[in-house]
Amino acid sequence: MLALTAVISVVMLQFDWNGVAASAEAGEIDTLLDVMIVLSSFVFAIVIVMLAYSVWRYRAKPGDESDGAPIHGNTKLEIAWTTIPTIIVLFAVGYGWVVLNDIEEPAAASDQLQVNVTAQQFAWRFDYPEEGVTSTELHVPVDRQLDLHLTALDVIHSFWVPEWRIKRDLVPAGPGGQEIDNTVLVTPDRLGTYSVVCTELCGLGHSTMRAPVIVESEDDFDQWVAAERQAAEGGDGGAGEGDGGAGGGSSDDGGAQ
Amino acid sequence: MAVALRQPGLTRGWLGFVLGIGFGFGLVVALRAISGLETFQTEQTGYPHVIVPAVTGSLGFLIGLGAFDYWFRWAAGAPTVPDDHSQHGAKTWKDYFRFNTDHKVIGVQYVVTSFIFFFIGGLIAMLMRAELAQPGTQLVDPQAFNGLFSTHAALMIFVFVIPVFAGLANYVLPLMIGAPDMAFPRLNGLSFWMLPIAGVMFVASFLAPGGAFDAGWTGYAPLSTGAPLGQSFFNLGVQFAGASSVATALNFLVTIITMRAPGMTFWRMPLLVWANFSTSLLVVAATPFIAGVQFMVLFDRILHTNFFQAAFGGDVLSYQHIFWFYSHPAVYIMMLPGFGIISEVISTHARKPIFGYRLMALALIGIVVLSYTVWAHHMFVSGMFSWLRVPMMITTSLIAVPTGIKIFSWLGTLFQAKLHLYSTAMLFSLAFIVTFLIGGISGVMLGIVPLDIHFSDTYFVVAHIHFVLFGGSVFTIFAGVYHWFPKMTGRMYDERLGRWHFWLTAVGTWGTFVPMHWIGMEGMPRRVADYSAQFGDWNLLISLFAFLLGIAQLIFLYNMVVSWRWGPRAGDNPWRAKTIEWQVSSPPPLFNFDRVPRVVGGPYEFGVPGARHAIMNGEGAEVREPEPAVAGTGAAEGRGSEP
Repeated sequence: MLALTAVISVVMLQFDWNGVAASAEAGEIDTLLDVMIVLSSFVFAIVIVMLAYSVWRYRAKPGDESDGAPIHGNTKLEIAWTTIPTIIVLFAVGYGWVVLNDIEEPAAASDQLQVNVTAQQFAWRFDYPEEGVTSTELHVPVDRQLDLHLTALDVIHSFWVPEWRIKRDLVPAGPGGQEIDNTVLVTPDRLGTYSVVCTELCGLGHSTMRAPVIVESEDDFDQWVAAERQAAEGGDGGAGEGDGGAGGGSSDDGGAQ
Repeated sequence: MAVALRQPGLTRGWLGFVLGIGFGFGLVVALRAISGLETFQTEQTGYPHVIVPAVTGSLGFLIGLGAFDYWFRWAAGAPTVPDDHSQHGAKTWKDYFRFNTDHKVIGVQYVVTSFIFFFIGGLIAMLMRAELAQPGTQLVDPQAFNGLFSTHAALMIFVFVIPVFAGLANYVLPLMIGAPDMAFPRLNGLSFWMLPIAGVMFVASFLAPGGAFDAGWTGYAPLSTGAPLGQSFFNLGVQFAGASSVATALNFLVTIITMRAPGMTFWRMPLLVWANFSTSLLVVAATPFIAGVQFMVLFDRILHTNFFQAAFGGDVLSYQHIFWFYSHPAVYIMMLPGFGIISEVISTHARKPIFGYRLMALALIGIVVLSYTVWAHHMFVSGMFSWLRVPMMITTSLIAVPTGIKIFSWLGTLFQAKLHLYSTAMLFSLAFIVTFLIGGISGVMLGIVPLDIHFSDTYFVVAHIHFVLFGGSVFTIFAGVYHWFPKMTGRMYDERLGRWHFWLTAVGTWGTFVPMHWIGMEGMPRRVADYSAQFGDWNLLISLFAFLLGIAQLIFLYNMVVSWRWGPRAGDNPWRAKTIEWQVSSPPPLFNFDRVPRVVGGPYEFGVPGARHAIMNGEGAEVREPEPAVAGTGAAEGRGSEP
């Protein structure tokens, strides 16, 4: 069993199951997955070995109508296979809890970049309140914690960048003021172009509701902000600047998609 | 014809249906005229002139069919027609199309009806896999695709897996506990006839303007509150399916508690009975939640209430809390009866007592209790109050413990056994242990919050639910159908075709659902009509295996239909099983037993010299008083010879 556990674990750990890791959080989540794979391999190996052994060893010969051994149970064994799995899952849960706390650890506010993400059928909008920029692409500097504030205008959507391993629903909140935990933290640490994928069924355009994510150096990001500002000012004479008028911004986004 | 219209039956049922529709339609037109509204309101969430007749027509059908005849007479003070049970059994196939109160007829009605919906749902799955075989749009547009996966899930969950278990149990459970019928036979008949109504509503939604309901089987608000007319058919179909399961569950509970044969103590009940007892506890307490929440959505849609519409101050997340408060226990409603089937099959075909019988029963109860405490693990990324995540992670993972106990106990049962692997039922049971284990492992992973944040709403989840629902529930359903087919029909199915069905199904299941884990982890979300090209090859492979899986089910269909008609006679107890249903003829006599059997020992006393489970008719004189109930010992020592 232990040998089989080792073989399965080693084989399974050869793959990058979750694909490219592009955030500080992704590394920890992938390690947690690896640990879970090893634990699962152990459980899987026990069951497979017991099953295969019984099927090989105890199959009835044709015509054998006798009964098996009248074993009704074994209290020690039953206690063992109640307590050992309990310990295994509690260990997994404890480790999961630690990782959860780590990936949700906020950095100092001054080091964060706040981005307000707005979703609607079937488009994304990204507002940068401090920079005064609005975009349909998510440009972010590398190695800086993002403080994403999520809202939806119509139905529920979900923000997911697979390479960041981070996902959170965007819930439409009305005047009722219900409490929704709509902030999520993530620290991209790898340059490149990725995609925001909507993962909550939101209607007929759900499968194409995507937006590009560009993780770039701090300098490139600053240049992009400057260029966007200039374009916005030149484009429509200052109207809808800053936070971006909801109506104007959204219709543009619809066209872009 | 005139006689047929007066007598309870399908003819009068259709008449009731037409009258019901006419009444509902007239009511809407009249009420709107009185209120000074336009006659027809065709807002996409409205259509009262369709919704109300859909309800009244269905009720009219049930009344016409005769489901309420007895109660109406009684309520009106008219002389009731006492039911003569000897009129009830099925002598010809036509008797299966009547309102019948015999639990064996109802059991067959249930199983056949739900398998019809299984094949419709499966056909829809084939269409989806054909569309998904290549990136881009080939066969159906995205809106039709959303309708397909929504109806696929609704059909499979509400009118296949849940009721087929109720059907199998309907047939064998009263026999197993030595009861002549269920506790409430008329209610039992009503439960069954609500089922086709639910299924037809789901399928009929394809005809609605705007297409079938397309917000997923989860129907999250506010997507569902603003969806086209088809969504209302989902809301209503769930009511009929839900009422059907609640009534059946009550029936099972009362039957199990009050109608056990003398000597059948709780600790001598077969585990299938324990499993249905636990399931019924879940159904009666949880199902009202989904009924309620679908009513609230329906009211938001047609009456403009604001339960879940954010724009008017509704509480969006509450929908999910109420929905999952049912729908997580529902996954155990879809699994526990299967656990019961596996215990029966494995014990019988391994010729051994169940290892750790008492702990097996207690594990079921443990799952029942825990399953009420885990609903929010479906909502880790939903934006709900974040403190709830860790407690739900703990309870979710702990459910793996009683489930693990069951798996280990089955494995313990195989140890030093005499395994009869020729039986298709046994093959499905052993394969179930492995596939369900995979589903259980991915389930624990999904229960760990940081992993769930990544996996949630991806194909990993699709893979997980199909491993637990197809590799889990459906494998147990096949095991149960093959195991009890000789009992229900009196005939034997073709084992060679059964093995073909098994191996193709097993290969198809693994080939279809294993790669779904991988593409999900790499970034493919669920419920998409189209996907990025990088997943193209995997999806093609998945689709090919899915078609194999679909074809394999045709073998099953052929085997069942042909064997039912022309199969060789099976004999009363082809598996040499110990439980009571095998001690009567196949199919069992109309009244089940001439005299109620006496239970004198545990249900699985294989290999125990002289042990008996029950003393059947006419054997009483030769055996002493029932032994005291001691689980886990082959205490009784009457005469040992089994036929």
